[in-house]
Amino acid sequence: MTVGSPAPAHTTNPMHEEGNPAMKVELEADKCVASGQCVLAAMDVFDQDDDGIAILLEEQVGEDRLDDVREAVAVCPAAAIRLVDQ
Amino acid sequence: MADTLTGPAHQAPDAVPEFPMPRESRCPFDPPPALKELQGQGPLAKVRLWDGSESWLVTRYAEQRALLGDPRVSADTDQPGYPTKASPQAGEGKLSFIMMDDPEHARLRRMVTGPFAVKKVEALRPAVQRIVDGLIDDMLAGPAPVDLVDAFALPIPSLVICELLGVPYDDHELFQENTKTMVRTTATPEERGAASREVAGYLAALLGKRIAEPKDDLLSSLAGRVTAGELDHGQATEMALLLLIAGHETTANMIALGTLALLRHPDQFKLLRESDDPKFVAGAVEELLRYLHITHLGRRRAVTEDIEIAGQVIKAGEGVIMVNEIGNRDPEVFADPDRLDLTRDARRHVAFGFGVHQCLGQPLARMELQVVYGTLYKRIPTLKLAAPMEDVRFKNDAFIYGVHELPVSW
Ligand code: HEM
Ligand code: SF4
Repeated sequence: MTVGSPAPAHTTNPMHEEGNPAMKVELEADKCVASGQCVLAAMDVFDQDDDGIAILLEEQVGEDRLDDVREAVAVCPAAAIRLVDQ
Repeated sequence: MADTLTGPAHQAPDAVPEFPMPRESRCPFDPPPALKELQGQGPLAKVRLWDGSESWLVTRYAEQRALLGDPRVSADTDQPGYPTKASPQAGEGKLSFIMMDDPEHARLRRMVTGPFAVKKVEALRPAVQRIVDGLIDDMLAGPAPVDLVDAFALPIPSLVICELLGVPYDDHELFQENTKTMVRTTATPEERGAASREVAGYLAALLGKRIAEPKDDLLSSLAGRVTAGELDHGQATEMALLLLIAGHETTANMIALGTLALLRHPDQFKLLRESDDPKFVAGAVEELLRYLHITHLGRRRAVTEDIEIAGQVIKAGEGVIMVNEIGNRDPEVFADPDRLDLTRDARRHVAFGFGVHQCLGQPLARMELQVVYGTLYKRIPTLKLAAPMEDVRFKNDAFIYGVHELPVSW
């Protein structure tokens, strides 16, 4: 599937991730429409401020959180979340 | 995707099918078979609407999400080419930001998103649980059969949105009856306009009271914006109207139609009844949202600049209709899509739409449905339909799909 926010091609390379346990989460708050989807997908990484706009609780995520953050990227209706190598 | 070249878009003009298409009466939970057929032929098709105009129908999940996320598609019903659902919506006035584009859409939407944040909604769960338990107590104490829509499905979201907005629930007949008219496709524009004006007038008066004497509710926060000069009285009234309407018909239909779907799928009913796992219940809610897709008839937009997609150019001034009900049945995304399977991961469904207009009340709707589906069948395990299935009347004539009434006994 290639739907969802256009993540840079190299983030989808599983070989790369293996040697690189932590990835960086980027959030563009001005794009956020306060759907809450990222919070439901990864409650320990995302939260919402008083207006419902997403905030990051953690910028670096380890291997064990990658699946949930990827789900957040996939369900974000506003393409506001990105997962990048560092 | 060259398969569009063989799609219906290139057939003779008289072959352009009419939209919406009828559902198969024996499969009330499935989208119209003709829609599935178009989806099989390609991601885009041309259809003819009620007024004779043509619009693009977008049938596949990937293209639907791409277009709903594209700033070159407009939700403004006044844009040239906007594919209206029924005779002119102008009579009703605009329904606030659901019919606007950014940046004004974002400005207004952000004024009301706060109370719908996941954790704020979570704090309401005990109150919703009490409402649900109380209504079940009442049903069990009264005579059976009972109409589940009236006794249970409609009061729950209505009570909750009234509480959030600060609208006295005692006045519920006024807005429940009028909302029914507003979402009925067969109502005349005059009837819909009158219904909408009556509720708007009621809310405008209530807003006036909150401007004079603010309380701790969403209506008072809108009143504060009026006082601060960020909104005029009309804009604030429209926003309250949008929240009131969107907040109860939708969830109510999910409760009643979802219950009927479960009664018709006893194995799935049993799974839900016997599960004590909140995660399973949450997953079941997503699957029922995907499977039932009550906001049928499509997300509608007008294209404001040429867009190239799936080997086609959709031109500025053309209409696009993203029929999410078959996006949710796209075999590319959901294996065996026509099966109701509460154990599947259905989270990527588009039942709440996609893009900047994606449902603002979704955390609330999810929580309400989790409480309902997690409680009703446990407390009334022998729940059954108290009428022949053929007699159940489906809302084919409404913008939001569901059942008109659902007689049940136990
Ligand atoms: C199961 C229940 C619900 C379903 C299936 C549902 C579905 C939807 C869909 C599909 C849209 C997108 C419309 C479009 O793109 O044209 C939408 C928008 C909206 N919904 Fe819901 N909804 C539900 C419950 C609620 C609740 C409880 C509220 C609470 C107030 C609500 C408020 C709204 C609002 C305000 C919008 C407009 C958002 C915007 O334009 O930015 N909805 N809903
Ligand atoms: S999923 Fe996207 S739009 Fe929704 S709250 Fe998170 S960042 Fe905002």
